[in-house]
Amino acid sequence: MKRPTWIHAVVLGAFCTGFGIILATTNVFTADQIAQRAVEDMQNSLAQVVPAAIHDNSLVKDAITVKNDAGKDITIYRAMKDGKVTGVAYEIDGTGYGGQIRLMLGVDAAGNILGVRATEYHETPGLGDKIDPAKSDWITRFTGLSLGRPPVDKWKVKKDGGDFDQFSGATITPRGVVAAIRAGLEFFAAHKAQFLEVR
Amino acid sequence: MSSDYGRIVRDGLWDNNGVFGMILGMCPTMAMTTSATNGLGMGLATAAVMAASSLLVALFRGVITQEVRIPVFILIVAAMVTLVDLTMNAWMHELYKVLGLFIPLIVSNCLPLARLEAFAAKEPVLPSFMDGLFMGIGFTLSLTAIGAVREIVGSGTLFANASLLLGPAFTFLETRVLPADSGVLVAILPPGGFLATGLLLAGKRYIDVKAGKPIAMAGAHSV
Repeated sequence: MKRPTWIHAVVLGAFCTGFGIILATTNVFTADQIAQRAVEDMQNSLAQVVPAAIHDNSLVKDAITVKNDAGKDITIYRAMKDGKVTGVAYEIDGTGYGGQIRLMLGVDAAGNILGVRATEYHETPGLGDKIDPAKSDWITRFTGLSLGRPPVDKWKVKKDGGDFDQFSGATITPRGVVAAIRAGLEFFAAHKAQFLEVR
Repeated sequence: MSSDYGRIVRDGLWDNNGVFGMILGMCPTMAMTTSATNGLGMGLATAAVMAASSLLVALFRGVITQEVRIPVFILIVAAMVTLVDLTMNAWMHELYKVLGLFIPLIVSNCLPLARLEAFAAKEPVLPSFMDGLFMGIGFTLSLTAIGAVREIVGSGTLFANASLLLGPAFTFLETRVLPADSGVLVAILPPGGFLATGLLLAGKRYIDVKAGKPIAMAGAHSV
């Protein structure tokens, strides 16, 4: 039995339409939930890099946008206490072994690191994913450091003559993270006045 | 023969196992087995998608014409994967943070497609569902086994971070087999995936030959 060609087109078209509708419906029902989860994740990662003791405001609410050197808008989440900016947190990114690594960097008003956390990365499980505090304490060692401590030219992994440990088997990941943090601190130094200005 | 469930279970778990029988789905097998927990997570997500898509294909097998079956199968697998991805992101967010990375990879796995083509497209709904489910469980066990070998040799641990995947009740699974920093790194690098898979495959074939079973190549059922 030879069926006309249009039958196949109809079958394929019907399946595409049917599953398209199912997926669109699912998307409608889950979009709000997913957006809500993303906000919660953002608040959680902010809470990890900015201690609760130094602010009495909502960081997400008191955010400003500042253009970086590449002309990209960066959202600066500002921690404030008694009307003064006590610290800021913003997303930075570096290049790892598995592509882009996004990190949240918290810096106090004097330019010292309050904390750093990787928020999104695609590094090799078991090797590069040691930047995750659930797997290794490596990322917590940045807390308290600043652009002068260690000196700027020591902001590299040990293999490149710097001060920071790489992981066994993974040099590219920590190299990307260290470079991203250094660039993040330089961004802070360049725009400090703008970050701390209260409008 | 289609409703011989004992055989469907045996095929999925051992005789015609996706990884060690048919040598399918090698991409996620190599990529996700750096630890037993990762293998388990990838396997479970794949099993869910395989069971659902086998059921759907068997349900619509009378309507899907021969000429367009492959795009329809891919559509069904991709739709199931997206559905699981969105639903987990919205309502099982903690689990999604661990498994989220693996889920889109299921589309690139040729094992679900192979089972749809070889089994679900020809058999009734319930046997197809069982086939998808047990092929998925067999895939999960294989990935967990490869992951366990690579993790023990490479990192000296077994089921590290299992509590992130399965919940705090499973912390007891997390064991350290060898002293810290004594792992042979190659095991968790890509070559280790080929070595571990090859050795386990040889072991399975050895057991089969000892038991007098013929070595069967890919097919809907083991011969």
